[in-house]
Amino acid sequence: MAYVQRKIPFVGTPDTNPETRPFFDAAAEGKLVLPQCVQTKKFIWYPRGISPFTLGPIEWKEVSGKGKIYTYSVMERANPPYCIAYVELAEGPKMMTNIVDVDFKDVKIGMDVKLKFIKAEGDGPAMPFFTPA
Amino acid sequence: MSLRGAGYIVGAWEHPTRKASDKSVTLLHAECAKGALDDAGLTKDDVDGYYCAGDAPGLGPMSMIDYMGLKVRHMDSTDVGGSSYQVAVGHALQAIQTGRCNVALITLAGRPRSEGQATGTAPRAGNPSQAEMQFEYPYGPATANMYAMCAMRHMHEYGTTSEQLAWIKVAASHHAQHNPHAMLRDVVTVEDVVNSPMVASPLHRLDCCVISDGGGALIVTRPEIARTLKRPRVKVIGVGEAPKNQNGGDVDLVYSAARWSGPPAWEMAGITPADIKYASIYDSFTITVLMQLEDLGFCAKGEGGKFVSDGNLISGVGKLPFNTDGGGLCSNHPANRGGITKIIEAVRQLRGEAHPAVQVANCDLAIAHGTGGSLGTRHVGSTVILERE
Repeated sequence: MAYVQRKIPFVGTPDTNPETRPFFDAAAEGKLVLPQCVQTKKFIWYPRGISPFTLGPIEWKEVSGKGKIYTYSVMERANPPYCIAYVELAEGPKMMTNIVDVDFKDVKIGMDVKLKFIKAEGDGPAMPFFTPA
Repeated sequence: MSLRGAGYIVGAWEHPTRKASDKSVTLLHAECAKGALDDAGLTKDDVDGYYCAGDAPGLGPMSMIDYMGLKVRHMDSTDVGGSSYQVAVGHALQAIQTGRCNVALITLAGRPRSEGQATGTAPRAGNPSQAEMQFEYPYGPATANMYAMCAMRHMHEYGTTSEQLAWIKVAASHHAQHNPHAMLRDVVTVEDVVNSPMVASPLHRLDCCVISDGGGALIVTRPEIARTLKRPRVKVIGVGEAPKNQNGGDVDLVYSAARWSGPPAWEMAGITPADIKYASIYDSFTITVLMQLEDLGFCAKGEGGKFVSDGNLISGVGKLPFNTDGGGLCSNHPANRGGITKIIEAVRQLRGEAHPAVQVANCDLAIAHGTGGSLGTRHVGSTVILERE
């Protein structure tokens, strides 16, 4: 079945939580930038301005955008249907996302995926999505 | 000091409505309060502690205490979604033991059905300043697909099947046929469940709970007062509460918070899962039940599919009768929060007041476990273990 891209909603603006502005600025340039805990070197999802591992400082670092599908679900009740997923990034964290540009029958746990940015509706920010690698 | 036996549930009442188009949420709360007080043989003026959660309109206890004309000296509105009422029972024991109150009233009510909420399938936009909102809402996290992702991963790791999950709904439907208030009273088969329309893969329509209006209330009091009342005595012998979250990205979706809320409750109670005669297990979806049964220790991790199969949860048939009122899957999920009805049916079973067709013989030990929030992101599990004295 031909893939139909749903409109991507967004609430607030990238300035609502000023601490996460680096994520949106990088996304606008097609880069996935995540906070990394300065002390433990672990990458963090979802983005935030403090480390949940230490309550210490974070640094914003670009990641590869490569990952594998940890789990997913196709929301058949939506029109058009969409595939929500957690993708395990090569750098460690699992992030919520959608698997896009794919026949949903082909989506499998463990599948290699790569990054694709899509802008949210209403002139919203670009957000990271994934598609089969 | 242990909380074991610090309080008794002396009043438990479930609103019979499933569609309250002519009533406000506050009125439903108040009717539930009156029902539970009448059940206990107490009056409004006996209440000196009040507990509610996020389903109470306005500023929680402040608004509800004013509306109901209560005079209390202690209140708590810890909101952890559908498990708030298990948490409230534990907190009420603490308050009773430390002398903060003698008679605690806990209420829940809501009318998502009358308000036309597409509870499970429509993502809800929250406050954007809620830290995760801008990084989750764009991806369409509704209730159903978040639980579905847990089911998908559980199937991948342990070989759990849709047919095994379906047995949970089948068991609930066998019980619901005897409940005149249940929304879905038809007995269904495994085939009915797996052939119902897919909502969020791998969960079908019949893997999901109902959307209903209604509510319930509980009265918890100290042993000295419980002994003066005429109702069968239901002692709270174990409580536990625990959060589970995304751990900064270290997400593991095959466990629920029951893994951490269960052990302190079992230890306090001094019993094991093998001692339990009846189990109320939160059933927003079939997968919720399966994971909680594993995490509470009723079977080994990954063995839940086998455990629930072949009618093992059906009263009079299997080893662990569960949700004998039909649960959230068939009877009632008021305010999208099923915690309080879990406790109410456990109290009915321990009093011997469940429907005769589903009443468990010699039911002296029961568990009522809740999961509030979303299994796929962040939630709180809370466990209550009860004993018929």
